[in-house]
Amino acid sequence: MAITRGFRGRRLDADVELPPGQYLTQDFPVLSAGPTPRIDRDSWEFTITTEAGATHSWAWQQLLALPQDKPTVDIHCVTKWSKLGTAWQGVSLDVLLEQVESTADYALVHSHGGYTTNLPVQDLLDGQAWLVHQYDGEDLPPEHGGPVRLLVPHLYLWKSAKWVNGIQLLEQDEPGFWETLGYHEYGDPWREQRYAGD
Amino acid sequence: MVTTPHDPGSAHLDGNVLAGPLRELFAVDMTSARTECVGCGQRAAVAELETYLGGPGVVARCPGCHAAVLRYVRTPSTAYLDLRGTLTMTVPMPAGGAES
Ligand SMILES: [Zn+2]
Repeated sequence: MAITRGFRGRRLDADVELPPGQYLTQDFPVLSAGPTPRIDRDSWEFTITTEAGATHSWAWQQLLALPQDKPTVDIHCVTKWSKLGTAWQGVSLDVLLEQVESTADYALVHSHGGYTTNLPVQDLLDGQAWLVHQYDGEDLPPEHGGPVRLLVPHLYLWKSAKWVNGIQLLEQDEPGFWETLGYHEYGDPWREQRYAGD
Repeated sequence: MVTTPHDPGSAHLDGNVLAGPLRELFAVDMTSARTECVGCGQRAAVAELETYLGGPGVVARCPGCHAAVLRYVRTPSTAYLDLRGTLTMTVPMPAGGAES
């Protein structure tokens, strides 16, 4: 058994190209910057606020009634682990944002507990971002951001905010929780944009 | 929204783990410094802060209201210390230090 597992590990490592400085992990580390909230699905709500101050909200059942995607994607954490082929279910941000009138270029994502992260609106569009509520065929557990987290797999995972409850659309970029504290404002793992100035 | 702030699955450490990171910046042991929370006014020793180490940086939270009172990131070239959640920080100093 040990020989088989070792062989499989080597083959995986050899076949896969990871972003610079990343290592492959098979498990799913839980990194916390605060207590894990237990959020009741029946009172869950997600609100997009436009640059003009208009708000659009979706409750749990409304989210489930929207067209569902099942993205399978690689994820890359700035703490250097990468996990391949993670399977999710959720709603594309394209579906939500097409119901919103806005020309804003920037988004500030908000989570329960006060966490924020910023990214360009462009990076939420064209099938690049989802509100996901299932992981690996099961309801998304609280430690991984359930009931609903953002998933933006082409950027470092701190942009994929857990326990997401809103997006503020802004004309001016506004740095979030880690972006105000030395982390890169964009965070492209393939360009190894870990820290401000990288 | 119904939440339970104390979750066994996201156990924090006590603020004594901040001794190492802050030793790089300060000349005195900062774990006995006291913070006053902007959010709820509670005073606590740094050693008593609810401290999360696993993420991209260190987050130390008020034991009263769980708001972040101290955040710290050490990149290869820069240390970032964010105290916007702290109203004042009081630091015990060796007696007579001000005159010497
Ligand atoms: Zn407090």
